[in-house]
Amino acid sequence: MSEMIKVGMADLKLCISPNAITTLGLGSCVGIAIRDPITKIGGLAHIMLPDSTKISNNQCIAKFADTGIAELVRIMVEAGASRNRLVAKIAGGAQMFALQGKSETIAVGARNAEAVVKILGEMKIPILARDTGDSYGRTVEFFPETGDFIIKAVGKDIKKI
Amino acid sequence: MEGMYFDILSEIGNIGAGNATTALAQMLNTKVDMKVPKVELLEFSQVGEAMGGEEQLMAGIYQIVEGDITGSIMFLLEEKSAITLISKLMGTPEVDNAFEFGEMEHSALKEIGNIITGSYLSSLSTLTNLKIIASIPAISIDMCGSILSVPAIEFGAVGDKMLLIQTEFSDDVKLTGFFILVPDLESYDKILSSLGM
Repeated sequence: MSEMIKVGMADLKLCISPNAITTLGLGSCVGIAIRDPITKIGGLAHIMLPDSTKISNNQCIAKFADTGIAELVRIMVEAGASRNRLVAKIAGGAQMFALQGKSETIAVGARNAEAVVKILGEMKIPILARDTGDSYGRTVEFFPETGDFIIKAVGKDIKKI
Repeated sequence: MEGMYFDILSEIGNIGAGNATTALAQMLNTKVDMKVPKVELLEFSQVGEAMGGEEQLMAGIYQIVEGDITGSIMFLLEEKSAITLISKLMGTPEVDNAFEFGEMEHSALKEIGNIITGSYLSSLSTLTNLKIIASIPAISIDMCGSILSVPAIEFGAVGDKMLLIQTEFSDDVKLTGFFILVPDLESYDKILSSLGM
């Protein structure tokens, strides 16, 4: 029996095939699914902010792109994944509200997605697919067995990337 | 300190919701009752659940707050409540799905949000004697979790919890709405000191 593991906001978890892992209602946050295709060890992080070094209250490592991705990779390697084989898929980073240039927060979705791409690049983890930006929320499901990343949005067809 | 801040915002929530009830009654031209608001300080991971699940469809009306304090305020309305309210306000039949709303319904919901958050902010302004101005509202009809990511990210920059005020209005039907107020750090001090703390 396989299980669907749930990841909350500012949270990350390990997921080993045949289990699958999900996070619900990603808005401006970004979901990062990482997988080792050989051992089929995977994981998912749901980050809220781009950079832990810019904020004094940064104990919650799963909240930030930099510390969240590093921690996810660490627990995956600890579970037996190969650091060099890791590949990623990402989704989220939407701009939920259209308020003309009023606040920095409004563009945080784009900044989150940008930060995730940069960090994965620095860590030499290839991004196989992405579904980021736009103005709608996304629920994602990740299957470490196949690497399928399923994206669901209100009023839209289910997407597999 | 967090406890005191919580108490103050709760009290402001109570008064604000009272004012909002009056505004709503005038708008709908009917009698509106309000339950005592439920105020909770929640971990990010719990907020979606507290509002009925991260994937529940909701209408979120978001405004930036400026003036003596800065931050943002959001009013969220459950899908069913939004549908009922729009039908009553516009005299049209209830739609099946809030995602079907057009430009006109969006404008009406923005105005409702504007009036309700305005009541809340004016009680905060009266209590603190601070000048508070709200921007033009923006709307999103989407999954609760996605809408919440916006105030959560703002809270996320200062802490790991957010303050949720749940308000239930009723006349012949029940309307459930939520307020989320996010003053930034500097404003937090200003609110406290203006109240003599």
